[in-house]
Amino acid sequence: MKKADKFVKNAAGRMVPTIVNGKQVVPFMGVNKYRPAHNGSAPRVPTCIDYPKDGNKIVESLKEALIKSGLKDGMTISTHHHYRNGDYVANMVFDIAAELGIKNLVWLPSAAFPCHAPIIEHLKSGVVHHIEGSLNGPLGDFCSHGNMGGLGYLRSHGGRYRAIDDGEIHINIAVLAASAADMMGNANGVLGKHPFGPVSFSKTDSKNADRTIIVTDSLIDFPCYPWEIMGNDVDFVVTIDEIGDPEKIVSGTTRITKSPDRLLIAEYCAKFVKAAGILKNGMNFQAGAGGTSLAFVHFIKEMMVEKGIKARSMIGGSTKFLVDMMEEGLTDYIFDGQTFGLEALSSLRDNPNHIPIDIFDIYDFHAKGNLAQMMDVIVLGSTEVDVNFNANCITHSDGRMLHGIGGFQNCMLAKCTILAVPSFRDRIPVIKDEVTTLVAPGELVDVIVTERGIAINPLRKDLIKATKNSGLPIRDINDLKKEIDKICGIPAKPKLSEEAVAVVEWIDGTILDTIRKVEK
Amino acid sequence: MAKISTAGNYGKTIRSDCKITIELTKSGGLKIDLISKVKEYFEDQIISLAKNELDFFEIKNAKILIEDRGALDYVIAARIEAAVKQLIETDKEYLLPIISENTTITKSDRYRRSRLYLPGNTPKLALNAGIHKPDGIILDLEDSVAPAKKAEALILVRNALRSVNFYGAERMVRINQLPEGLNDLEQIVPHNVNLILVPKCETAKQITDVNNTIARIKKEINLKFDIWLMPIIESAVGVINSYQIACSKNVVALAIGLEDYTADLGIQRTTEGYETFFARSQIVNSAHAAKIQPIDSVFSDVNNMEALKQNVLISKSLGFAGMGCIHPLQIPVVHKGYAPSEKEIEKAQKIVDAYKKAKKKGLGVVALGSKMIDAPVVKRAQKTLDMATIGGK
Repeated sequence: MKKADKFVKNAAGRMVPTIVNGKQVVPFMGVNKYRPAHNGSAPRVPTCIDYPKDGNKIVESLKEALIKSGLKDGMTISTHHHYRNGDYVANMVFDIAAELGIKNLVWLPSAAFPCHAPIIEHLKSGVVHHIEGSLNGPLGDFCSHGNMGGLGYLRSHGGRYRAIDDGEIHINIAVLAASAADMMGNANGVLGKHPFGPVSFSKTDSKNADRTIIVTDSLIDFPCYPWEIMGNDVDFVVTIDEIGDPEKIVSGTTRITKSPDRLLIAEYCAKFVKAAGILKNGMNFQAGAGGTSLAFVHFIKEMMVEKGIKARSMIGGSTKFLVDMMEEGLTDYIFDGQTFGLEALSSLRDNPNHIPIDIFDIYDFHAKGNLAQMMDVIVLGSTEVDVNFNANCITHSDGRMLHGIGGFQNCMLAKCTILAVPSFRDRIPVIKDEVTTLVAPGELVDVIVTERGIAINPLRKDLIKATKNSGLPIRDINDLKKEIDKICGIPAKPKLSEEAVAVVEWIDGTILDTIRKVEK
Repeated sequence: MAKISTAGNYGKTIRSDCKITIELTKSGGLKIDLISKVKEYFEDQIISLAKNELDFFEIKNAKILIEDRGALDYVIAARIEAAVKQLIETDKEYLLPIISENTTITKSDRYRRSRLYLPGNTPKLALNAGIHKPDGIILDLEDSVAPAKKAEALILVRNALRSVNFYGAERMVRINQLPEGLNDLEQIVPHNVNLILVPKCETAKQITDVNNTIARIKKEINLKFDIWLMPIIESAVGVINSYQIACSKNVVALAIGLEDYTADLGIQRTTEGYETFFARSQIVNSAHAAKIQPIDSVFSDVNNMEALKQNVLISKSLGFAGMGCIHPLQIPVVHKGYAPSEKEIEKAQKIVDAYKKAKKKGLGVVALGSKMIDAPVVKRAQKTLDMATIGGK
């Protein structure tokens, strides 16, 4: 079986395969040109008479649970990333599979992190055939060099949810870590010894997998409530000593940047939002974790206090900063898809206005009222942009995969999407003639903010008009590029082979771009 | 002379810099090795720059190692030159073209509310300094450069003056304490520097020496470019002589350095600053008497913006027109602090309006209420308004 076959040029002008890992896929047709058919997933149909009458589904070990779930060659196994770089569970699953001599598994994480580097060994030995999910760090490097058995398949958070719901991926076994669970499998991420926040990414896994295993390090008395994952969707419950290292959830993502250049970028973003008339009572905005985003929140907060403005809602990654803002009366609600830090966790638990949300509701293309498209403004980071406002958040200019898509593509639906980027990194310009990997089509990127100026997408005549006399350094993107090229010099094009190593899916399920093998 | 030399910096935390190691050999031509995080993109450019430069210095046989952390051409060129000059005697300078943005001159009375100190041997801080919009940037050759690194810093600063866009900030260089500082001028004056800071200045004679050296260099290369001076008073003697120093030719501002001043007096510098009240007032007085700008010392606690704000307000009330900054985040606080108050703006606006009205009517004498207004008052009022405008008021 060829990893990728029958390439065609898609509507974005990119050569993409129409067959990926043996399955037929649809090339990108243009923004809002394709409506994916909801054929529905077809999980195994259970009956209650086959489950213990006392509700107790505890088994001795994860190994036993996997065996009882019928683990065999070629299955698709899903896990979630709520512990981020501190997750222990995914590695355990594949270590057990290796021990049992299982081959050709497909791993479907909601995101992978450097802590999952041990899975490289399982990819090499054939225990894992390929990964469908964000690839970064050592795994990204491994895949970039064409070493994976199948083609990598990169989806956004919303895209993964959609693909599972649509039956495009069939999960055989979902192994879901929960910070607290009862013997029946009711589970959540807010109780127990190491809470991590809402189980927003894996509800769909628990509903659509043939078998669902809950792994917890805090077994509590029935009922474990709130039951974000319902015991009725769970086959087995396993207790282990530690499901993850909570310290690693927050690392590096929850401090305001100290870099004066990045602070300037964040300040320009906030000033732009004000000048464009977006900053007003009842506004809704997304403000993620990450140094520059948090700095943006810091500046927006100052402006809100000064002008007496209150937001209706903010979408997290919720952090202490968002919680403080809600407590200071600057927003009515926080919608929380992912929680960073103890303050945010206790707020989620105790404040009824801090609302846990399912990824379906914020990001899914099938949602009847997607929260992301209700947002007045969203600020995101990016690895590269180009003069046509196309954006890349996966690969660096050398073609190596470094980051997952996360919610990046899903956020493009917001009323105003701002990319906050430094104009160059280590002499490598961030504004290109053409992005190395297309992750977001330019027509959806409204504003690019750098420390050397702000470029507004010519399609957004309203924003151009509104900010005309703002005194902000608003510039043509080509001028900005020229200035940066003058500073850095024009870099040589990286050498990439023709061989495909992964594909990027757009939020509607079509194939937006192909990631090529890195030569060296 | 040595057979192997190194210049520059390389390491995990280093950015925008490189380390050059050159070993002269007897034969075999030039053998250049490049280790770089941007090798994939800039290998050809870096290698060809190195070859050109070594040709220029007539190095025929050598092993060269370039360990790069994303340095721009002007940095790589400076590091190679510094390494070469440890191996051979030469007066030649390898100069990259000067960018058009760095050919601007400055007026003697331009605003000097903030001047951002940039350690002369740390290229990563210079690159984006201008985007934070300080009134001036200082490429420092003095205290922020280790003694062993002085020579390579001088070459790097020279190149930065030609190649780095500071986005309209006045280009300043702090030379070393005299007499060494006079040697620095040889490499700085020809490259469009706007202002020279003279540290630890104690006598008007020192300023005369600086002026003479600058005049000689300018004459030698037929340079018509205004170069202003800002002496820094950092001792008891300097404070006493400050008026003569302030009156010296080309001096446009007089700064005070309180760390060294308090050390000279053998006292501790406090947040309240009572111990330096006399010195600061004397500097303000001398500068005003000489009709130049009095400039305050830096505020060294970069994490305490509230204390900086208070410090600026006191500084302004004493009569200072600006102060040094050691972090870009201090710049907006300083600009806001030195901006005129609403009351000052209102008064200035009245004076300027009255002047315009009188001029329109063809009146020779301008009056506001019962007070006569003469030309310098109008000029000062206009300056207040300008300052309010650039301060964003």
